[in-house]
Amino acid sequence: MSAADIRVFRNKIDSTTSMKKIFNAMELIATSRIGKARQRVAASMPYANAITRAVSAVASQQDIEHILTSEPENPRRAAVLIMSSDRGLAGAYSANILRHAESLLERLSEEGKSSDLYLVGRKAQAYFDFRRRPYKKFWTGSTDNPEFDVAKDIGETLVEAFLTDYEDGGVDEIHIVYTQFISMVKQEPMIVRLLPLEVVEEEVTDESELLPLYEYEPAPEEVLDALLPKYIESRIFSSMLQAAASELASRQQAMSAAGDNAEDLIREYTLLMNNARQASITQELTELIAGADALAES
Amino acid sequence: MADNLLDVEIVAEDHFLWSGQARSVSARTIDGEIGILPGHTPLLAVLGDGEVVIEAADGEAVTAQANGGFFSVDNDRVTIAATQAELSA
Repeated sequence: MSAADIRVFRNKIDSTTSMKKIFNAMELIATSRIGKARQRVAASMPYANAITRAVSAVASQQDIEHILTSEPENPRRAAVLIMSSDRGLAGAYSANILRHAESLLERLSEEGKSSDLYLVGRKAQAYFDFRRRPYKKFWTGSTDNPEFDVAKDIGETLVEAFLTDYEDGGVDEIHIVYTQFISMVKQEPMIVRLLPLEVVEEEVTDESELLPLYEYEPAPEEVLDALLPKYIESRIFSSMLQAAASELASRQQAMSAAGDNAEDLIREYTLLMNNARQASITQELTELIAGADALAES
Repeated sequence: MADNLLDVEIVAEDHFLWSGQARSVSARTIDGEIGILPGHTPLLAVLGDGEVVIEAADGEAVTAQANGGFFSVDNDRVTIAATQAELSA
């Protein structure tokens, strides 16, 4: 133990302290932004609910044949939209999403379907770039603050791919992998099939909740034509908002844990530094006393 | 019915605009103007670009500029879900 050790520990303590400050700052930023992200989720709910209700009402009427609602005979290619984050420092957020995406891809290939990938967020892009696996299109730059225009663009891209024939490179199914925000401490990766529509049979408890038999203005087919792209956009946008809130929550948790760890490290290094200092003092004393003894004996 | 009123809700893609009770709603579909009074049959229509005028229960007129979207009517509940919408004064 020497003065050099003490200096090493002091350096470590200094750098850990400054890291801790960064973690704290990032935690605070994430915390303040979650509120806004959750508000946006809440603000988009009425529209999403209205459109979901309308689409389920139309889709549950069996007599309307529409490409977007009818199941293809044997689906051969599926589009998979993966929503990851742009930045790391959010714990296992992106890793979880990618793991779920991989399991979906595996399931699809077992069912004999090939997959076209559409990626959101730099982490997913980097993941597939690194593995030299091809993807169709990616969107980056706004995962923690989604813009509706991006959702619109994604929606248009996917619907267009869906409407294209298989022979021309089109897809028969659209899946989406995103993280559902459940609470500040719980976010769950979800896999949802967007198209063809899965008509969800809901338990009807209230008489007024029964889906009405609508009249259409103009014809049902035209209403569906207009409604479905909007429905897809709305679903994509709301999953982007959910993903953003989840990303911020994961980041807040990760940064909070990192801050705690930094504190533990600082405590440990401080102890080690004090030990080293004490050891060097003891050694100096021993040397002094030994020297004095030697002098006294002579 | 004594309280013959419509429950109206206007929402845009990313925000909520207005909700309340109304005596009538008129909107522009892609085919033309349509007026909704209480007791209307269930209807699902595609909105065109134009004004949505709501005569609120207190007689006040609420006007919103809506671009695209759709609206539904069932059980005297009117939901206007516009792609873009702003309340105009």
